[in-house]
Amino acid sequence: MMRRIPLLLLFCALLARGAADGSWMAHVPAKDHDKTNPFQGQTTAIEAGRNVFLEHCAKCHGENAQGTKKRPALRSERVQQRATPGDLHWLLLNGNMKKGMPSWAKLPDPQLWQVISYLKSIHE
Amino acid sequence: MKPIALLVAVFSLTPLLAAQERPYFVTYSHEMEEPGNLELEMFNAAGRPPGGNLFFGSNIEFEYGVTAWWTSEFYLDGQSTLNDSTIFTGFRWENRVRPLMREHWINPVLYAEFEDTSADKALREVVGHDGVPDFSDRNAVARRDKEREMELKLILGSNYRGWNISENIIAEKNLSNDPWEFGYAWAVSRPLRLAASAHKCTFCAERFQAGLEMYGGLGDRHSFGLNQTSHYVGPSINWTAPNGTTLSFSPQFGLNDYSIPHLYRFGVSYEIEQFLSYFHRGGDR
Repeated sequence: MMRRIPLLLLFCALLARGAADGSWMAHVPAKDHDKTNPFQGQTTAIEAGRNVFLEHCAKCHGENAQGTKKRPALRSERVQQRATPGDLHWLLLNGNMKKGMPSWAKLPDPQLWQVISYLKSIHE
Repeated sequence: MKPIALLVAVFSLTPLLAAQERPYFVTYSHEMEEPGNLELEMFNAAGRPPGGNLFFGSNIEFEYGVTAWWTSEFYLDGQSTLNDSTIFTGFRWENRVRPLMREHWINPVLYAEFEDTSADKALREVVGHDGVPDFSDRNAVARRDKEREMELKLILGSNYRGWNISENIIAEKNLSNDPWEFGYAWAVSRPLRLAASAHKCTFCAERFQAGLEMYGGLGDRHSFGLNQTSHYVGPSINWTAPNGTTLSFSPQFGLNDYSIPHLYRFGVSYEIEQFLSYFHRGGDR
């Protein structure tokens, strides 16, 4: 049994790494994946989203979404290119609680979409 | 004077903070504290029971997000009664765990609390046959009745189109030979505006939340029901300042003769994000 513990720990570490690598995207239902941002292209939504981001997200993800020691950057290719607005909305709504990302369902839906508008504008 | 100076220092040094509190005083929503955040809260209740003295019950709370699905909270309770005395009434320790890792139509949270109080008048919940007679004794008499209790709650919460709907089912057991006591609480609330403003603002509508809260006792294992139980209902509102301080207020009304006719509740809370990072050398501040 004792010999299995390192293997078990290795398995857990690989599992955790998988989740941090964006494996959450595989769990997004198709209808959520395809959702479009109702604020798409609105500059005021980007500004409002940045305010919400600074208030609720910046402490963990950095003021410019550059990430911190323990939390990922949101300027990554995964967030900017691979994830659709619908994917990000699903993540904000449900969180990734086992990995430390809380659910932000407490914020009204329009504010979640405004944050997504801001996040998607960062690379531009 | 030192504690006040410490509080002022914490309030002034802490940078931009997050808080999106529901304007509830008794009801818990399914929303947990963000992991690593520490919320300092003070909730107060003032009222006058018929034939009794004006009282002011108070909690100071320290709420910490242990993980995204586990929140732990420690309370210190006290009360002051006009023409009587001001006393420390005890402490509570609660834990809330969210068993489902995703958001659903109805989201359950399991709650367990241990409390060691006496002569408590903060009214953080109403169970069993709690009512006016509990507020009539003088503090010296009331504090002889030690309440070492375990409290369990099933918290159910839903968010729909900006509305939050929360229901709590409460079961409380005095660790002596008293029977299980039951109670309930429910509340609804909504921000006055759902979308955020493009400009930074202090008093814009999205910083206010308004709602309605109702709670009461349901008797105990031997006498379950509404007989000799107290019930309260009232509107509530809160406002969150840009620095994360939330002020809440609710006038509440007793619904029968067994209830205190009027309660005035007010609270202030302040959230420190990633609390432990302030103690890490070179931590992410």
